[in-house]
Amino acid sequence: MDHAIWAEGLVKRYGENTALAGVDLAVPTGSVLGLLGPNGAGKTTVVRILATLLEADQGQARVGGYDVREQGHQARQLIGLTGQYAAVDENLTGTENLLLLGRLLGLSRAAAKVRARELLEQFGLTDAASRAAKTFSGGMRRRLDLAASLVGRPPMLFLDEPTTGLDPRARAELWTLIRSLVSEGVTVLLTTQYLDEADELADTITVIDHGRVIAAGTPEELKAKTGAQTLAVRPLHERDKSAVVALLAELAGEEPDTSGRLVSVSVLDPALMPQAVRRLEEAEITVTELALRNSSLNEVFMALTGRPAEPDDEGSGEP
Amino acid sequence: MTAIAVQPHVGLATGLRQTLTLAWRTVVQVRHNPWELSDFSIQPIMFVLLFTYVFGGAIAGSVSDYLTFMLPGMIVMNMLFVTMYVGQGLNTDLTKGVFDRLRSLPIARWAPLAGRIVADQVKQAWSIVLVLGVGFILGFRIGTNVLALLAAVALLLVFALAFSWVSVLVGVMAKDPERVQIFGFTALFPVTFVSNVFVPVDTMPGWLQAVVKANPVSILSDACRGLMIGGPVATPLWQSLLWAAGIAAVFAPISLWAFKRRA
Repeated sequence: MDHAIWAEGLVKRYGENTALAGVDLAVPTGSVLGLLGPNGAGKTTVVRILATLLEADQGQARVGGYDVREQGHQARQLIGLTGQYAAVDENLTGTENLLLLGRLLGLSRAAAKVRARELLEQFGLTDAASRAAKTFSGGMRRRLDLAASLVGRPPMLFLDEPTTGLDPRARAELWTLIRSLVSEGVTVLLTTQYLDEADELADTITVIDHGRVIAAGTPEELKAKTGAQTLAVRPLHERDKSAVVALLAELAGEEPDTSGRLVSVSVLDPALMPQAVRRLEEAEITVTELALRNSSLNEVFMALTGRPAEPDDEGSGEP
Repeated sequence: MTAIAVQPHVGLATGLRQTLTLAWRTVVQVRHNPWELSDFSIQPIMFVLLFTYVFGGAIAGSVSDYLTFMLPGMIVMNMLFVTMYVGQGLNTDLTKGVFDRLRSLPIARWAPLAGRIVADQVKQAWSIVLVLGVGFILGFRIGTNVLALLAAVALLLVFALAFSWVSVLVGVMAKDPERVQIFGFTALFPVTFVSNVFVPVDTMPGWLQAVVKANPVSILSDACRGLMIGGPVATPLWQSLLWAAGIAAVFAPISLWAFKRRA
């Protein structure tokens, strides 16, 4: 298969710390790879290596067929980078930021202006075009950031945690924008801490933890492996807890987790929910909470590694 | 999607054009942040006024004599302070992630840094003209000719360019932009005051005179005095250039090394 982005055995050490311990990944042209992992897993390090900002200690990586180490300049002509670290200039206006990038990429003054106007319109920033970026809201800033990475119409895009720290509405808006880019044929490598984001946008997902790939596949394959959803039941009375555990174990075919009175188990089949309701009713167990929700990253991690993901401090980046 | 014609490298002319584009950005920043302009405008004006009128009579006997003596050195001192903006801007770009974006673009590898340094030469030229202008209003007069004055400005810019490498190093090493400023004040104040900028060297104790005479700030100030108001030029001029070359030769490689490590 034709891979727009390809890496094998990437290793990166910082002194004693091993940020990457041999990461392989491949993104077919025109598809979206979700690189999923908790803070500190090494996601940003992978992106920085692929975007030629950082050199790997070992391993190889190619972007559009160009070796990022030997042919960095060629690779840079094919990529756009948006993320925690590639920022816009806060003191410049939206238009000026895009003009700057257009001019740097060799557009004439007139062409750069046209491109800036186009992008501002596409990203719903026309009203803010002549305001300094530091006055933008978090969502607007991310949109400008994304627009900035698209000035040169790169066929490949690195999105490093594009929605971390955004409110749900801004997040949904950004997802829509990313989807429309994908429909234009752009190859995307997206890092995220959110399973739902990877599920929503990615064709394939690579899960990394402590600098190692621990799972890879389509969202469906991953879900089959980890349990797509979590059924959670909280009985009113402590005395019913063991009965609930037994009941859920029987339904899901695996031992549930308990935390206080909350009993949860990962399930693949949503039809288990009505069954659980019926069985609880038959057993005359009163519950204060009964929910079927999508697995969080933490639960995926539980399933993949047998331990929870690192404590999630939202919004902060990894080193 | 349009096919992209991939170029193997960036030509020198293209790199220079990119440098100028990045320098334009810094100038636009100043336009949006006029108070940044006042930062490096008000302070030198205040210094010129304070030293001229408060200390002038006591140090040189008359305000106008003192102004003539002090102004060239004041320009040197101010030039050194202004070089700190290179490091401050660089540090801001590094900490905010603007540098990562620039480095991910297919532009000359040296353009972002060069753009920073070139842009600050614009600030540098502005502040030299400003201090000279204030001096003229207060009664400072050129004792030589316009050509010599231009030579003094050129010398100051060359020295500023060399000293910018020190600022680059500070900018790369500092944790945040505020620390660059703190360094500027704490390190540059003694260096500029232990010189002949404000006070003739022969009023100082012997051991201090040795230090002051060896201080490149004194040497550069002597060269500027020679070029602006007259007197010996040749020796301080070549010594200044030698110092500039020495500073650049030592700090450029160290700064670039530190820069590559951080970036």
